[in-house]
Amino acid sequence: MAWWREHALHWLSQRPRARAGALLAPGSLWLVVFFAVPILIMLGYSLMPRGLYGGVERGFTLEHYTRFIDPLYLDILRRTLAWSLACTAICLGLGYPVAYTIVRSGRWRNLLLLLVVLPFWTSFLVRTFAMIFLMRDTGLINDWLAKLGLIQHPLTILYTPFAVMVGLVYGFLPFMILPIYASLEKLDRGLLEAAEVLGARPAARFRRVTLPLSMPGVVAGCLLVFIPALGSFLTADLLGGAKQMMIGNLVQNQFSAARNWPFGSAASFIIMSLILLLLSIYLRAQGRVEAAR
Amino acid sequence: MSAPAQQQPVVQFVGVSKSFGATRAVDNVSFEICRGEFFSLLGPSGCGKTTTLRLLAGLEQPDDSGGEVRLMGQPVNRRPPYERQLSMVFQNYALFPHLSVARNVAFGLEQRRIAGAQIQERVRRALAMVRLDPDVFGRRMPNQLSGGQRQRVALARALVLEQPILLLDEPLGAIDLQLRKEMQLELKALNKQLGITFVYVTHDQEEALTMSDRIAVMDRGRIAQLGTPAEIYENPRTAFVAGFIGQSNFFDGRVAQHWDGRWLLELRAGGALQVPHHPGLEQNATIRVAVRPEWMNLRRADSVPPGENVLAGTIRDIIYLGQTLHIIVAIPSIGDITVALRNEGQITRPLAWKRGESAIISWSIDDCQILEES
Repeated sequence: MAWWREHALHWLSQRPRARAGALLAPGSLWLVVFFAVPILIMLGYSLMPRGLYGGVERGFTLEHYTRFIDPLYLDILRRTLAWSLACTAICLGLGYPVAYTIVRSGRWRNLLLLLVVLPFWTSFLVRTFAMIFLMRDTGLINDWLAKLGLIQHPLTILYTPFAVMVGLVYGFLPFMILPIYASLEKLDRGLLEAAEVLGARPAARFRRVTLPLSMPGVVAGCLLVFIPALGSFLTADLLGGAKQMMIGNLVQNQFSAARNWPFGSAASFIIMSLILLLLSIYLRAQGRVEAAR
Repeated sequence: MSAPAQQQPVVQFVGVSKSFGATRAVDNVSFEICRGEFFSLLGPSGCGKTTTLRLLAGLEQPDDSGGEVRLMGQPVNRRPPYERQLSMVFQNYALFPHLSVARNVAFGLEQRRIAGAQIQERVRRALAMVRLDPDVFGRRMPNQLSGGQRQRVALARALVLEQPILLLDEPLGAIDLQLRKEMQLELKALNKQLGITFVYVTHDQEEALTMSDRIAVMDRGRIAQLGTPAEIYENPRTAFVAGFIGQSNFFDGRVAQHWDGRWLLELRAGGALQVPHHPGLEQNATIRVAVRPEWMNLRRADSVPPGENVLAGTIRDIIYLGQTLHIIVAIPSIGDITVALRNEGQITRPLAWKRGESAIISWSIDDCQILEES
């Protein structure tokens, strides 16, 4: 070891603050360069007039934000919120029982967990295309239903809100399952036994002990599904046939096809502030619940 | 101190066995517990005492054709815990971390659909019973309590249900010595005062002796001995019991002659002892004998009392324990024998014995405990 390294390590070992700084520096630098700076640039763009051939011109304007207050865009916003909420609720409904079962599946546990994360081994884009093959008029689902004699004419599944919802739920379900799994896995079995001995039947035991103690996982799962669902665009684009936009599609459009970067930036900031608002309302409520205990 | 035998037992184990894979955690165990009794299951870790308690709670089921657990005379083998008339204090308390102290104590009452006002009243009473002020502690969360306070909350949560049987799984294990001694006496007092049957699991022999009406000493899934603390201490049946409850010196030998209600035991290591008559003892049997260190005396060579067992040796070590002194005496070809002398204050200071001195150990013939094969 070179003498200066030894010297530096000794210097650090004497100074906890400098040590914490040294540990934080690489990650912080990364975030500043690739997260904070781009966000500031986008904020700047969203407040500048649009350039004639894309890009921006010097100046200051709020027109991109005021432009958003239009039934057309508010409709997209409302739809985005509703779909994201629905997706979160469906993921919760499907994911909780799965996580609960995996925790109790003994030696199959690791295999089942592997199956949950297996989809991540392929790109989301490829998987979404695969769903097109599954759901289109001449796709596998219609094929099977016809062969079983259940339908005469193919059902229109692809390019409907239903297809978008299927795609969203499919894509985000693992993000619901994993945090719920983690919180259920930590749950002390002794507490469940205590509940039973104290007279709680299985349903009451679940309601009074398992569910409240897995709430951190439920909340984390809901945030992990709801927030990216708000910003998603690929699913609505490919499975919804771009007929019914989500706000992510709007942003993507503005940056690519419409070449209106300022408006795209403004729309992004509107989603971001919405998420922050919802989060802070939630955290407030959580804090009140905890204080009331 | 002996159990009231005429009543119907509240708990019965009839040849109960429980296996986990190839291991028999509980092996053909039978016993009865009477109403109001303080009954302890005592043994080293892995002896099956906790499994026995869990079988009683309904948290484990006996093996198929693994005997019968009865509560109040009713077979309950497959009955789930929430349908058994008992409550339990868990080893690590198992307090619900998301509920306040008052809500923890109220939990069982809420499951029984008892009216809200009555729940409040009973929770207050239960907390007061374990000497926690309901106004101070009721709203605290479990993680804001000390170990001793948690233990009291767990106890209140179990007592509040007023069930006829209370199970306690090493409830004092995580508490410091001073508080543990206090709680032992408190638990014993609660048992007598409330008339509830206590079934208490512990690995601490002193704790079991202090509190219990009767003790079942468990060893490798079986009950090695069942009796009052005095019976078990004074007449240990096996070498395991003699060694686990208190301390013992062991002698192996062959039974030689019989005369005058006594037997001569020829020690394997050479020499002989006299032992009292014991049912089933016959000539030429190889037996093991236990003698408590405090039943032995240390004497000078010139003052050997007649009619006692006597061994001569050299003092190898003196261990000071406060209340007692353990004198380790090396006996040629037999090995080390421990003699416990009471610390009698001025008399023993300065101690009359020194390391390296030769001494004679003597004890009454009747203090030889003849052990069975375990």
